[in-house]
Amino acid sequence: MTEEGAGGAAKRFLYVNRRAPYGSIYALESLEVVLIGAAFEQDVSLAFIGDGVYQLVKGQDTKALEVKNFSPAFRALEDYDVTKLYVEKEALEARGLSEADLVVPVQVVGAERMAEIMEAQDVILDF
Amino acid sequence: MKFGILVNEGPYTHQASDTAYQFARAALAKGHEIYRVFFYHDGVNNATRLTVPPQDDRNIVKRWSELAAAHKLDLVVCIAAAQRRGLMDKSEAKRNAKDADNIAPGFRISGLGQLIEAGIQADRLVVFGD
Repeated sequence: MTEEGAGGAAKRFLYVNRRAPYGSIYALESLEVVLIGAAFEQDVSLAFIGDGVYQLVKGQDTKALEVKNFSPAFRALEDYDVTKLYVEKEALEARGLSEADLVVPVQVVGAERMAEIMEAQDVILDF
Repeated sequence: MKFGILVNEGPYTHQASDTAYQFARAALAKGHEIYRVFFYHDGVNNATRLTVPPQDDRNIVKRWSELAAAHKLDLVVCIAAAQRRGLMDKSEAKRNAKDADNIAPGFRISGLGQLIEAGIQADRLVVFGD
């Protein structure tokens, strides 16, 4: 924990998304925290690991599930100055996906780099 | 040290709430401060006073209420998550024209900003989930 963090300067918040977008509510409610949290002017990053990478996949069609497709909301993150989106390279590859399949620009990083990114945070919220 | 606690699972199905409670109690016993406990996702179900577990089992909701009373803990239930899952205090029940409320003593309903604020104010934010 940094002294700056405790003293009032911005803290580094990382939201870790590790679950698929549908099947449970974690991904949607995680995004709700990110959008509310953006108003607090902290240093915000998002990580997508494991099945969490599916949250960003283009062309989601949830009509048959009768739930809302919330993936377009990721495109709004830029308007909230949330631009640091890290996606785990190994998770993409294991699922046959690449950066071109995703709805927003991201930084694809290996698991080791992801661990360093996590290490550098003040607050990690894991959903 | 000043801790914030996030509880993301409801009582009994998952151990998260039990572990969060044990952590909070141990931290307080060691002289640490709990800045806030925030309940999110199904974690909001830890705040229903209508829970009636078997008599030979622990009462998870009552335990939180008692810990809050003993240590003046701030137990906050996310309003958006609570509304989805039918957790109401008196004013929310009135506002949504519902015929009952069910929030347990020591809990209060508020917004997600309270979670972010806990992250900012606490030295450590500890997440208990599945």
